[in-house]
Amino acid sequence: MGTIAEAEKPVAVVAQPSRTALQNKQTQLAWLLMSPTIAVIIFVAAYPLGRTFYDSFTDASFGAAATHFIGWTNYYNLIHDTPFWNSVKETFKFTILTVVLEFVLGMIIALVVNSNFRGRGAMRAAMLVPWAIITVVNAQMWKLMYNDTYGVFNDFLQKIHVVSSPVAFTVSHPLASVVAIDVWKTTPFVALLLLAGLQVIPSDVYEAANVDGASKWQQYWRITLPLLVPAILVTLIFRTMDALRVFDVFYVLFGSRPDTETMAIYDYQNIVPFGLVGYGAAISVAIFIILGIVITIYIRSFRVEQS
Amino acid sequence: MTTNTVQAKPRSRLSAVNLGLGKNPLSRIGFWLLILLIIIYLLFPFYWAFRTSITPDNALYSVPVQYFPAHPTLKNYGDVFGNSNFLRALLNSAIVGVSVTVLSLVVGASAAYALARFNFRGRSFMTYLILSMTIFPQIAVLGALYQLIKNFGLYDSLVALVITYMLFTLPFTVWVLTSFFRQLPKELEEAAYVDGANPFQTFYKIMLPLAAPGMVTTGLLALIAAWNEFLYALSFEFSPDHFTVPLSINNFTSTVASSFAIPWGDIMAATVVVTVPLVVLVLVFQRRIISGLTAGAVKG
Repeated sequence: MGTIAEAEKPVAVVAQPSRTALQNKQTQLAWLLMSPTIAVIIFVAAYPLGRTFYDSFTDASFGAAATHFIGWTNYYNLIHDTPFWNSVKETFKFTILTVVLEFVLGMIIALVVNSNFRGRGAMRAAMLVPWAIITVVNAQMWKLMYNDTYGVFNDFLQKIHVVSSPVAFTVSHPLASVVAIDVWKTTPFVALLLLAGLQVIPSDVYEAANVDGASKWQQYWRITLPLLVPAILVTLIFRTMDALRVFDVFYVLFGSRPDTETMAIYDYQNIVPFGLVGYGAAISVAIFIILGIVITIYIRSFRVEQS
Repeated sequence: MTTNTVQAKPRSRLSAVNLGLGKNPLSRIGFWLLILLIIIYLLFPFYWAFRTSITPDNALYSVPVQYFPAHPTLKNYGDVFGNSNFLRALLNSAIVGVSVTVLSLVVGASAAYALARFNFRGRSFMTYLILSMTIFPQIAVLGALYQLIKNFGLYDSLVALVITYMLFTLPFTVWVLTSFFRQLPKELEEAAYVDGANPFQTFYKIMLPLAAPGMVTTGLLALIAAWNEFLYALSFEFSPDHFTVPLSINNFTSTVASSFAIPWGDIMAATVVVTVPLVVLVLVFQRRIISGLTAGAVKG
């Protein structure tokens, strides 16, 4: 994965009489060109993030006239906040299930589409359709299909005698219902990323393996998978980060039903409807730390894999 | 191990693993069945939204379920296009989406050029910063942005969304455009310098027009991200006049849920209306989008 390494490489644009003068001019211009971006980042990310850390030590709330510094109280309360830890558990269950399923199904689809067949282009185009649909819209579509009286899933499952009486999917199997929706929307995206990784594996490697009499199965495990490791890890990192922040699907399907709250929904509930900015900030910091831990684990394993 | 070589020559380097070209007819049938299964899986929910949108209400809530309506109707579409809140939401989403996209491109292109082509201290730091920003969790700054927006008097305004959406569109735009600028040949810049152009002119007159295809890709992805956004719209908008499409479609249910039935026909007609343009856009630009997505993600 060369991007960062590439970035470190000096890019000598052109040699001109005075190198240092040009260098200074370039540095100045570079910062000038980046200044609008930096200003936006400070305004929408850096300052709000700092403010979040600060707020997490206060009792700030909408409606209260004065804000007080209350030290670690919010964090102390958070540690003993059972609904919060339930939301963490729910989010991790969702993340593990979706990432694993999307990876396995995405890999199968990527391998199929990587074969040469007629209509391959059309297939790749069809893969973009679920990805392009608004998540809220997507959740609504599935909500209708899940319906226990006039939903198509119940009708179909009863027709083929898998179930004998209607199932209220979103009531009795909330997590599975939501996982299925996310898997449908995101698997094609995962497949496209893996496909891009597959296509840079040079074909002569396989030709050599064929000459040596390696079976397709052996080729997959010994050649394809190892060469795909960087693409796989980056895909997994992106998907995991996305899944841990999940909000839309759960919110549309269940609103703020207590047993189906994710970390993001619990945080939103505290900040917006309840107006508890200080406590919400502590939850935000906790989410930030949790994501940081997960990404560190990924990058560690990436390094081990590389060496 | 950069994957961008894919875009340069996709055909010539196709790997030789061909699941479908076995000589055994049985395995070929199996392969095509697998493809059929994948296509049905990908497209069925969308077909179902479409069939619901053309099904009359009385057939919608009755059993057995009709897989294609016996008496298709366009009434739901009439309802949706007569719904001023929904039309307003379409307009709002278009305003927010286009503004965010244009702003991100204008602000982001120059930063991307600097990161791709200039050699200066702090460059790798900035590159890392932008990369890490692409996975920045929106929820982490929800409360602080909420306060900021209230303090600036922007609560319940579309401007609030245009500004806050930059949090996810801008870093992504810079990141993808940087990879596009890096692929442009250096000789062009050198020629411009030799002809006496200063670095700013070189960027503005030579490199920027050349990066136009990259800008289209990036712009599309930013537009789709903004079109999709729900959390900030839900938090920062209050009156139905300022709802975006996701809010409005979510609200179709909540307002009528107390009455006899959820207006599924209307919701699905609205779904089709907001999805079809996006699907068309995506299909027209599919190659670009795929290259942009893979440049944005896999190249990390």
